Amino acid sequence: MSALLRNLGLLVLAASIVTFPLLMPKPPGDFTGADSKAQAAIDESGYKPWFTPIWAPPSSEIASLLFALQAALGAGLLGYYFGLRRGQAEGRKRDAAS
Amino acid sequence: MHIMEGYLPVEHALGWTAASAPFVVAGVRRLKRLFEEAPETKLLLAASGAFAFVLSALKLPSVTGSCSHPTGCGLGAVLFGPSAMAVLGTIVLVFQALLLAHGGITTLGANVFSMAIVGPWVAYGLWRLCRRLGLPMAVAIFLAASLGDLATYLTTSVQLAVAFPDPATGIAGALAKFAAIFAVTQIPLAVAEGLLTVVVMNTLASISRPELTRLAILGKEGRS
Repeated sequence: MSALLRNLGLLVLAASIVTFPLLMPKPPGDFTGADSKAQAAIDESGYKPWFTPIWAPPSSEIASLLFALQAALGAGLLGYYFGLRRGQAEGRKRDAAS
Repeated sequence: MHIMEGYLPVEHALGWTAASAPFVVAGVRRLKRLFEEAPETKLLLAASGAFAFVLSALKLPSVTGSCSHPTGCGLGAVLFGPSAMAVLGTIVLVFQALLLAHGGITTLGANVFSMAIVGPWVAYGLWRLCRRLGLPMAVAIFLAASLGDLATYLTTSVQLAVAFPDPATGIAGALAKFAAIFAVTQIPLAVAEGLLTVVVMNTLASISRPELTRLAILGKEGRS
Protein backbone atom coordinates (compact mmCIF):
# COMPACT_ATOMS: atom_id res chain seq x y z
CA MET A 1 0.00 0.00 0.00
CA SER A 2 1.40 3.35 -0.95
CA ALA A 3 2.14 5.93 1.72
CA LEU A 4 -0.47 8.27 0.26
CA LEU A 5 -3.21 5.64 0.40
CA ARG A 6 -2.28 4.70 3.96
CA ASN A 7 -2.47 8.33 5.08
CA LEU A 8 -5.78 8.83 3.27
CA GLY A 9 -7.16 5.72 4.95
CA LEU A 10 -6.11 6.98 8.38
CA LEU A 11 -7.71 10.39 7.70
CA VAL A 12 -10.97 8.80 6.56
CA LEU A 13 -10.98 6.63 9.69
CA ALA A 14 -10.40 9.67 11.94
CA ALA A 15 -13.16 11.58 10.15
CA SER A 16 -15.59 8.64 10.52
CA ILE A 17 -14.94 8.43 14.25
CA VAL A 18 -15.96 12.05 14.77
CA THR A 19 -18.91 12.03 12.33
CA PHE A 20 -20.38 8.79 13.65
CA PRO A 21 -22.07 10.37 16.71
CA LEU A 22 -23.87 12.86 14.43
CA LEU A 23 -25.23 10.08 12.24
CA MET A 24 -26.56 7.87 15.03
CA PRO A 25 -30.30 7.29 14.50
CA LYS A 26 -31.04 8.53 18.01
CA PRO A 27 -28.69 11.42 18.90
CA PRO A 28 -26.86 10.51 22.12
CA GLY A 29 -27.14 14.05 23.49
CA ASP A 30 -27.31 17.72 22.65
CA PHE A 31 -23.60 18.00 21.75
CA THR A 32 -22.88 20.87 24.11
CA GLY A 33 -19.33 21.20 25.36
CA ALA A 34 -17.93 18.90 28.04
CA ASP A 35 -16.36 22.03 29.59
CA SER A 36 -19.76 23.65 30.13
CA LYS A 37 -21.25 20.37 31.41
CA ALA A 38 -18.52 20.24 34.06
CA GLN A 39 -19.21 23.90 34.83
CA ALA A 40 -22.92 23.09 35.31
CA ALA A 41 -22.06 20.16 37.60
CA ILE A 42 -19.97 22.53 39.74
CA ASP A 43 -22.73 25.17 39.76
CA GLU A 44 -25.10 22.51 41.12
CA SER A 45 -22.95 22.17 44.22
CA GLY A 46 -23.66 25.82 44.98
CA TYR A 47 -20.12 27.02 44.19
CA LYS A 48 -19.86 30.65 43.14
CA PRO A 49 -16.88 31.48 40.89
CA TRP A 50 -14.74 34.18 42.46
CA PHE A 51 -13.37 35.60 39.24
CA THR A 52 -14.98 36.24 35.87
CA PRO A 53 -13.27 36.55 32.47
CA ILE A 54 -11.74 39.99 31.89
CA TRP A 55 -13.14 39.96 28.36
CA ALA A 56 -15.52 37.57 26.67
CA PRO A 57 -16.64 37.47 23.05
CA PRO A 58 -19.91 39.48 22.99
CA SER A 59 -21.78 36.94 20.82
CA SER A 60 -21.44 33.39 19.55
CA GLU A 61 -20.61 34.86 16.12
CA ILE A 62 -17.58 36.65 17.52
CA ALA A 63 -16.59 33.51 19.44
CA SER A 64 -16.79 31.39 16.28
CA LEU A 65 -14.80 34.08 14.42
CA LEU A 66 -11.99 33.77 16.96
CA PHE A 67 -12.07 29.96 16.98
CA ALA A 68 -11.99 29.94 13.17
CA LEU A 69 -9.09 32.39 13.29
CA GLN A 70 -7.23 30.12 15.72
CA ALA A 71 -7.69 27.11 13.43
CA ALA A 72 -6.85 29.12 10.29
CA LEU A 73 -3.60 30.50 11.75
CA GLY A 74 -2.52 27.02 12.80
CA ALA A 75 -3.53 25.39 9.52
CA GLY A 76 -1.86 28.17 7.52
CA LEU A 77 1.45 27.70 9.28
CA LEU A 78 1.24 23.90 8.96
CA GLY A 79 0.49 24.22 5.24
CA TYR A 80 3.44 26.59 4.78
CA TYR A 81 5.74 24.17 6.61
CA PHE A 82 4.63 21.08 4.68
CA GLY A 83 4.81 22.92 1.34
CA LEU A 84 8.28 24.29 2.02
CA ARG A 85 9.71 20.96 3.18
CA ARG A 86 8.07 19.02 0.36
CA GLY A 87 9.70 21.35 -2.16
CA GLN A 88 13.06 21.08 -0.43
CA ALA A 89 12.82 17.28 -0.29
CA GLU A 90 12.11 17.20 -4.03
CA GLY A 91 15.05 19.51 -4.64
CA ARG A 92 17.33 17.16 -2.70
CA LYS A 93 16.07 14.22 -4.73
CA ARG A 94 16.72 16.09 -8.01
CA ASP A 95 20.23 17.09 -6.88
CA ALA A 96 20.98 13.50 -5.97
CA ALA A 97 19.77 12.30 -9.38
CA SER A 98 21.76 14.81 -11.42
CA MET B 1 -10.40 20.11 29.64
CA HIS B 2 -10.61 23.85 30.15
CA ILE B 3 -11.50 24.67 33.72
CA MET B 4 -13.44 27.90 33.37
CA GLU B 5 -12.32 31.22 34.84
CA GLY B 6 -12.91 31.36 38.60
CA TYR B 7 -14.00 27.71 38.77
CA LEU B 8 -11.26 26.60 41.13
CA PRO B 9 -11.05 27.74 44.77
CA VAL B 10 -8.26 30.30 45.29
CA GLU B 11 -5.86 27.93 47.07
CA HIS B 12 -6.26 25.30 44.32
CA ALA B 13 -5.71 27.90 41.61
CA LEU B 14 -2.52 29.07 43.33
CA GLY B 15 -1.35 25.51 44.02
CA TRP B 16 -1.64 24.42 40.37
CA THR B 17 0.03 27.63 39.21
CA ALA B 18 2.96 26.94 41.55
CA ALA B 19 3.11 23.32 40.34
CA SER B 20 3.15 24.32 36.65
CA ALA B 21 5.55 27.27 36.81
CA PRO B 22 8.82 25.28 37.13
CA PHE B 23 7.89 23.13 34.10
CA VAL B 24 7.24 26.20 31.97
CA VAL B 25 10.50 27.83 33.12
CA ALA B 26 12.40 24.61 32.33
CA GLY B 27 10.68 24.59 28.93
CA VAL B 28 11.78 28.14 28.13
CA ARG B 29 15.38 27.19 28.96
CA ARG B 30 15.13 24.04 26.86
CA LEU B 31 13.83 26.07 23.90
CA LYS B 32 16.61 28.64 24.30
CA ARG B 33 19.17 25.84 24.10
CA LEU B 34 17.39 24.30 21.12
CA PHE B 35 17.45 27.64 19.27
CA GLU B 36 21.21 27.91 19.87
CA GLU B 37 22.12 24.32 19.04
CA ALA B 38 19.67 23.53 16.27
CA PRO B 39 18.17 26.73 14.84
CA GLU B 40 17.18 24.78 11.71
CA THR B 41 14.46 23.03 13.74
CA LYS B 42 12.68 26.29 14.66
CA LEU B 43 10.16 26.02 11.86
CA LEU B 44 9.26 22.44 12.82
CA LEU B 45 8.76 23.64 16.39
CA ALA B 46 6.42 26.35 15.12
CA ALA B 47 4.57 23.73 13.05
CA SER B 48 4.17 21.52 16.15
CA GLY B 49 2.73 24.48 18.02
CA ALA B 50 0.45 25.18 15.06
CA PHE B 51 -0.78 21.58 15.17
CA ALA B 52 -1.80 22.04 18.82
CA PHE B 53 -3.34 25.41 17.91
CA VAL B 54 -5.55 23.87 15.21
CA LEU B 55 -6.59 20.76 17.12
CA SER B 56 -7.49 22.60 20.31
CA ALA B 57 -9.77 24.90 18.29
CA LEU B 58 -11.81 21.98 16.95
CA LYS B 59 -14.69 20.96 19.19
CA LEU B 60 -15.64 17.53 17.99
CA PRO B 61 -18.77 15.50 18.73
CA SER B 62 -18.39 12.32 20.75
CA VAL B 63 -20.61 9.26 21.26
CA THR B 64 -21.51 10.54 24.74
CA GLY B 65 -23.45 13.38 23.13
CA SER B 66 -20.97 16.00 24.30
CA CYS B 67 -18.38 17.92 22.35
CA SER B 68 -14.76 18.22 23.30
CA HIS B 69 -11.47 18.98 21.60
CA PRO B 70 -8.20 17.14 21.05
CA THR B 71 -5.07 18.80 22.42
CA GLY B 72 -2.50 18.16 19.68
CA CYS B 73 0.27 18.10 22.29
CA GLY B 74 1.57 14.59 21.62
CA LEU B 75 3.32 15.50 18.35
CA GLY B 76 5.49 18.27 19.81
CA ALA B 77 6.23 16.18 22.92
CA VAL B 78 7.57 13.30 20.82
CA LEU B 79 9.58 15.58 18.50
CA PHE B 80 10.97 18.13 20.95
CA GLY B 81 10.46 16.58 24.39
CA PRO B 82 7.78 17.37 26.95
CA SER B 83 9.45 20.53 28.30
CA ALA B 84 9.12 22.30 24.97
CA MET B 85 5.44 21.46 24.88
CA ALA B 86 4.89 23.07 28.30
CA VAL B 87 5.71 26.40 26.65
CA LEU B 88 3.75 25.85 23.43
CA GLY B 89 0.70 24.55 25.32
CA THR B 90 0.79 27.55 27.63
CA ILE B 91 0.75 29.91 24.65
CA VAL B 92 -2.34 28.16 23.26
CA LEU B 93 -4.09 28.29 26.65
CA VAL B 94 -3.29 31.99 27.17
CA PHE B 95 -4.71 32.82 23.73
CA GLN B 96 -7.92 30.95 24.53
CA ALA B 97 -8.22 32.41 28.04
CA LEU B 98 -7.77 36.03 26.93
CA LEU B 99 -9.53 36.11 23.56
CA LEU B 100 -12.13 33.36 23.85
CA ALA B 101 -13.04 33.40 27.55
CA HIS B 102 -12.26 29.70 27.26
CA GLY B 103 -10.40 28.57 30.35
CA GLY B 104 -9.08 31.48 32.38
CA ILE B 105 -6.18 33.30 33.97
CA THR B 106 -6.99 32.05 37.48
CA THR B 107 -7.29 28.47 36.16
CA LEU B 108 -4.35 28.77 33.75
CA GLY B 109 -1.99 26.91 36.10
CA ALA B 110 -4.36 23.95 36.40
CA ASN B 111 -5.06 23.87 32.65
CA VAL B 112 -1.35 24.13 31.81
CA PHE B 113 -0.70 21.26 34.21
CA SER B 114 -3.18 18.93 32.49
CA MET B 115 -2.69 19.92 28.83
CA ALA B 116 0.88 21.17 28.61
CA ILE B 117 2.59 19.04 31.27
CA VAL B 118 0.83 15.74 32.07
CA GLY B 119 -0.33 15.09 28.49
CA PRO B 120 3.10 15.71 26.89
CA TRP B 121 4.98 13.73 29.60
CA VAL B 122 2.66 10.74 29.20
CA ALA B 123 3.00 10.97 25.42
CA TYR B 124 6.79 11.25 25.60
CA GLY B 125 7.11 8.43 28.13
CA LEU B 126 4.94 6.08 26.05
CA TRP B 127 6.86 7.00 22.90
CA ARG B 128 10.19 6.14 24.51
CA LEU B 129 8.78 2.93 26.01
CA CYS B 130 7.23 1.75 22.74
CA ARG B 131 10.42 2.46 20.81
CA ARG B 132 12.48 0.57 23.37
CA LEU B 133 10.11 -2.37 23.04
CA GLY B 134 10.77 -2.24 19.31
CA LEU B 135 7.21 -1.35 18.27
CA PRO B 136 6.78 0.27 14.83
CA MET B 137 6.89 4.06 14.72
CA ALA B 138 3.22 4.37 13.73
CA VAL B 139 2.08 2.29 16.71
CA ALA B 140 4.32 4.23 19.09
CA ILE B 141 3.05 7.60 17.83
CA PHE B 142 -0.56 6.49 17.93
CA LEU B 143 -0.34 5.30 21.54
CA ALA B 144 1.66 8.35 22.62
CA ALA B 145 -0.68 10.92 21.09
CA SER B 146 -3.98 9.26 21.98
CA LEU B 147 -3.12 8.24 25.55
CA GLY B 148 -1.40 11.58 26.18
CA ASP B 149 -4.63 13.30 25.13
CA LEU B 150 -6.66 11.03 27.42
CA ALA B 151 -4.27 11.62 30.31
CA THR B 152 -4.93 15.36 30.01
CA TYR B 153 -8.66 14.85 30.44
CA LEU B 154 -8.19 12.43 33.33
CA THR B 155 -6.01 15.06 35.01
CA THR B 156 -8.73 17.69 34.61
CA SER B 157 -11.22 15.26 36.17
CA VAL B 158 -8.91 14.69 39.13
CA GLN B 159 -8.30 18.43 39.55
CA LEU B 160 -12.04 19.10 39.71
CA ALA B 161 -12.75 16.10 41.95
CA VAL B 162 -10.17 17.27 44.47
CA ALA B 163 -11.56 20.82 44.40
CA PHE B 164 -15.22 19.79 44.49
CA PRO B 165 -15.58 16.48 46.37
CA ASP B 166 -19.09 15.06 46.41
CA PRO B 167 -20.78 15.74 49.80
CA ALA B 168 -21.88 12.08 50.04
CA THR B 169 -19.31 10.07 48.10
CA GLY B 170 -16.25 12.29 48.51
CA ILE B 171 -13.42 12.72 46.03
CA ALA B 172 -13.94 9.25 44.50
CA GLY B 173 -17.59 9.98 43.75
CA ALA B 174 -16.75 13.36 42.27
CA LEU B 175 -13.97 11.80 40.19
CA ALA B 176 -16.46 9.31 38.72
CA LYS B 177 -18.77 12.22 37.86
CA PHE B 178 -16.14 14.43 36.24
CA ALA B 179 -14.41 11.53 34.49
CA ALA B 180 -17.78 10.56 32.98
CA ILE B 181 -18.06 14.10 31.58
CA PHE B 182 -14.46 14.53 30.38
CA ALA B 183 -12.58 11.27 30.03
CA VAL B 184 -15.32 9.08 28.54
CA THR B 185 -16.25 11.77 26.02
CA GLN B 186 -12.59 12.04 25.11
CA ILE B 187 -11.97 8.37 24.22
CA PRO B 188 -13.07 8.50 20.54
CA LEU B 189 -11.54 11.96 20.12
CA ALA B 190 -8.24 10.73 21.53
CA VAL B 191 -8.28 7.88 19.00
CA ALA B 192 -8.92 10.40 16.21
CA GLU B 193 -6.04 12.57 17.45
CA GLY B 194 -3.78 9.52 17.54
CA LEU B 195 -4.60 8.67 13.92
CA LEU B 196 -4.09 12.26 12.79
CA THR B 197 -0.73 12.45 14.55
CA VAL B 198 0.36 9.27 12.76
CA VAL B 199 -0.47 10.92 9.42
CA VAL B 200 1.59 13.99 10.34
CA MET B 201 4.54 11.83 11.45
CA ASN B 202 4.34 9.76 8.25
CA THR B 203 4.50 12.98 6.27
CA LEU B 204 7.39 14.35 8.33
CA ALA B 205 9.27 11.09 7.88
CA SER B 206 9.11 11.53 4.11
CA ILE B 207 9.83 15.27 3.80
CA SER B 208 11.65 16.38 6.96
CA ARG B 209 14.44 13.83 7.25
CA PRO B 210 17.22 16.35 8.06
CA GLU B 211 15.28 17.85 10.98
CA LEU B 212 14.19 14.49 12.38
CA THR B 213 17.77 13.22 12.22
CA ARG B 214 19.02 16.37 13.93
CA LEU B 215 16.43 16.03 16.71
CA ALA B 216 17.13 12.32 17.20
CA ILE B 217 20.84 13.11 17.61
CA LEU B 218 20.06 15.88 20.10
CA GLY B 219 17.80 13.45 21.93
CA LYS B 220 20.64 10.97 22.35
CA GLU B 221 22.86 13.64 23.84
CA GLY B 222 20.30 13.79 26.60
CA ARG B 223 17.46 16.23 26.47
CA SER B 224 16.18 17.91 29.60
